[in-house]
Amino acid sequence: MLCEECQKRQATLHFTKIINGQKNEMHLCEECAKDKGETFPNWNSYSIQDLLSGLLHFEQPKNGVRSSSKAPTPLVCNNCGLSYDRFTEIGKFGCSECYRTFSTKLDPIFRRVHGGNTRHAGKIPRREGGKIEVKRKIEELRTQLRRHVESEEFEEAARLRDEIRHLEFNMQDGEGE
Amino acid sequence: MSLERFISQAISPWMKSGPDPDGDIVISTRIRLARNLEHYPFPIIASEESSQTLLHYVSRELAQRKYDSIGALELIKMDDLSPNEKRMLVEKHLISPYLADKSKHGAVLLNENESVSIMINEEDHIRLQCLFRGFQLSEGLVLSNGLDDWIEEKVTYAFDEYRGYLTSCPTNVGTGMRASVMMHLPALVMTKQLNRILPAINQLGLVVRGIYGEGSETLGNLFQISNQMTLGKSEEDMVEDLRGVVMQLIQQERAAREKLLRASRIQMEDKVYRSFGILANSRVMDSKEAAKRLSDVRLGIDMDLIQGVSGNILNELMILTQPGFLQQYAESTLAPNERDIRRAALIRERLMLENE
Repeated sequence: MLCEECQKRQATLHFTKIINGQKNEMHLCEECAKDKGETFPNWNSYSIQDLLSGLLHFEQPKNGVRSSSKAPTPLVCNNCGLSYDRFTEIGKFGCSECYRTFSTKLDPIFRRVHGGNTRHAGKIPRREGGKIEVKRKIEELRTQLRRHVESEEFEEAARLRDEIRHLEFNMQDGEGE
Repeated sequence: MSLERFISQAISPWMKSGPDPDGDIVISTRIRLARNLEHYPFPIIASEESSQTLLHYVSRELAQRKYDSIGALELIKMDDLSPNEKRMLVEKHLISPYLADKSKHGAVLLNENESVSIMINEEDHIRLQCLFRGFQLSEGLVLSNGLDDWIEEKVTYAFDEYRGYLTSCPTNVGTGMRASVMMHLPALVMTKQLNRILPAINQLGLVVRGIYGEGSETLGNLFQISNQMTLGKSEEDMVEDLRGVVMQLIQQERAAREKLLRASRIQMEDKVYRSFGILANSRVMDSKEAAKRLSDVRLGIDMDLIQGVSGNILNELMILTQPGFLQQYAESTLAPNERDIRRAALIRERLMLENE
């Protein structure tokens, strides 16, 4: 079989990618595979890192393999200089800012690693904590408020609205200090 | 020098005294928290200077300080240790292999009884771990939480309202917590029940690992059960999930031990005493066999088949007979066959002392 890409050399590498149930097959020679960035993981030292970075890579292609090399401006963290591509290679963030820089791409990754979860539900640091706890409380009250409005319990809804206003007012006050 | 204290004794003080709930099956409980500081690049990509600055900053804030009941923390820098000294700290589970071999300006803060270890410049800036004897998840959670608050008074953590504590590896983000329980499960292994139970445990979001030993092969029937996910649940809920599974395993292991005793008491006695005899008399012993025999004898003690030997000595021997400690005692580097001879001698000696 000839290489799909160059149609000259013998295809020695055969890829099957299954992404979201969609199967893609490719038959390439070694050179073209390298050009396309398709390499085999090093099985001798296959580590959890490789596995993880495999999972991260897994996320990127929308339609099988990235065929165009004209990627949009690469995503790079301003604080530590780590690019998103490098992140998917090493499977590690470079600093806390990376979370913000790559934020739009992270949900699917976390979902896969943490059993469908994307949102922290545990401890909040004490010092920063006060504000965040109030925010969480406000969110919770808003949800309740909506429920009461839907079921036309306006008295209770009005009480919740006042409570939310009060909390919001206090929070702004706190920030001004 | 204070380092000597940490490497002169194979078994940490916290392992020897204090409460030991379900100690016949649960060896120890560990809570680990991964924390990072804002703005500083994480250790894996940080420059020499940045790592050094971070170490300086964190150790200045924490070293020699006292927190509550745990006493003062002593700073030990990796750069000041010989390879074998590092190895011994790894064998005692006080530092990770990563900190020992790969970190830049890595260090650890240890309290006197070695129940608290705070690694600096590991994969994350700060890795805090609390160790307890027996099954003590709640106690572990309280102490690690308190220590965490205490550290946070001095440094600003990288935290995001939505993602939680930000860690270098995506597998730790959120609570940054790994709670784990080390269990001795010889009866479940012997009766081949463990292989049936393990897949169910994995489905609950928990991981089971064999300790000492590579891959699927486990040595000494020791298993570590820990939470896998760190995002989406509170620390308390994660610990509760783990507690439920550990309690079930304890029950099952106890039932299996009773069944073995009822069905084949004399064979069990034979097995544990045979291993005792081998430990007490051999001249060459590799680590694999040592782990297996020590597990048998420990089971014999916990089932009251063997009297007059303390369970502690086996925990101690498990650590003492690893390469780092053997070499420290020999005061030289040992080839594997020399180690096997040393190991056998050391075990004989310890068992003899105990039996007098």
